[in-house]
Amino acid sequence: MDIKHTLAVIVVAMLCTIFTRAFPFILFGNQRHIPPSVSYLGEMLPKAVMAALLVYCLRQVSFDAPRLLFNQLSCVVITALIHAWKCNTLLSIAVGTGLYMLLSQGILG
Amino acid sequence: MKGILKQAFLKTIPVMVGYVFIGIAFGLLIQRAGYHWLWALAISVLVYAGSMQFVLVGLLTQGASLVTVAITTLMVNSRHMFYGLSFIDTFKTMGKTAWYMVFSLTDETYALFCSTAPVGTDRERKRLMLLMSVLDQSYWVSGSLLGALLGEALSFDITGIDFAMTALFTVICVEQWLANHNHISALLGLLCAIISLLVFGPSAFLLPALVACGTLLMLGRRPLQAYDRYVQTKKTPGKTPKETL
Repeated sequence: MDIKHTLAVIVVAMLCTIFTRAFPFILFGNQRHIPPSVSYLGEMLPKAVMAALLVYCLRQVSFDAPRLLFNQLSCVVITALIHAWKCNTLLSIAVGTGLYMLLSQGILG
Repeated sequence: MKGILKQAFLKTIPVMVGYVFIGIAFGLLIQRAGYHWLWALAISVLVYAGSMQFVLVGLLTQGASLVTVAITTLMVNSRHMFYGLSFIDTFKTMGKTAWYMVFSLTDETYALFCSTAPVGTDRERKRLMLLMSVLDQSYWVSGSLLGALLGEALSFDITGIDFAMTALFTVICVEQWLANHNHISALLGLLCAIISLLVFGPSAFLLPALVACGTLLMLGRRPLQAYDRYVQTKKTPGKTPKETL
């Protein structure tokens, strides 16, 4: 672990997060008119980014490791189904993660 | 003052449950990635962005470049760009605390502000908002710290805890899917990511995937907006998501 790089990463992430949260105050502090392209991106971008991030979480999945593939994909499907059913964020994450831990530690088959 | 603190605490209880729980998962995850609990503390105090912090652990361990970190953070947090709009006038009159209000405007805190009816005097309301922001971050920091310390103190096998992040994004995607009838941008994100993963491999695909998403969304703005209007008129609005991180 490179301490300087770790610190730099944290500072960059901090500044960029602050920028996104301060964005409306910087741009629209004195006016209420939002450019249509900005509101369009604000509407569309998050959905695309979240789907891409789900793929990012599953990036290690490959056909060379069928066990990992099965564990990850089945737990994603189960988490999604539980969430679509109960709409309870904590429940879905707890059940999905718990099940995945049991599967990957070989406790469940 | 005491009454307002109590009111702020009662209002933030649901956030407390979520933040402590997910904070613990974050703490365990970063500890397991080989980082001292001080790093967990530093990130939760300085960055304070739920889902982005999970992504950050991945970026740190894979030694991502600062440009990748910057663009990823901007895109992951792009939804925050609109939260402040509703509070420009309120925050403007809050003096120095306005900086903290902007810094700490997470999904959950924003949702709380939106659901808090204007009660009491203007001053009391602002104090209440500030206390809710501080309490929310303190839950998040406590959870992260607890998770990191638990990971260091206990030697139980936590193999697979990293799936908490996958589960979190699965939940966010499901909520977005249920809340919208127009799934094109979600599918576009999925497709860009999968193609980019196949082309660039697991350690370098995120940035090209995000850039492709943004570019394609801008290029396809006219047809996408037309389709969006078409879908809106066809169907009734979907469910609104309860919480996202």
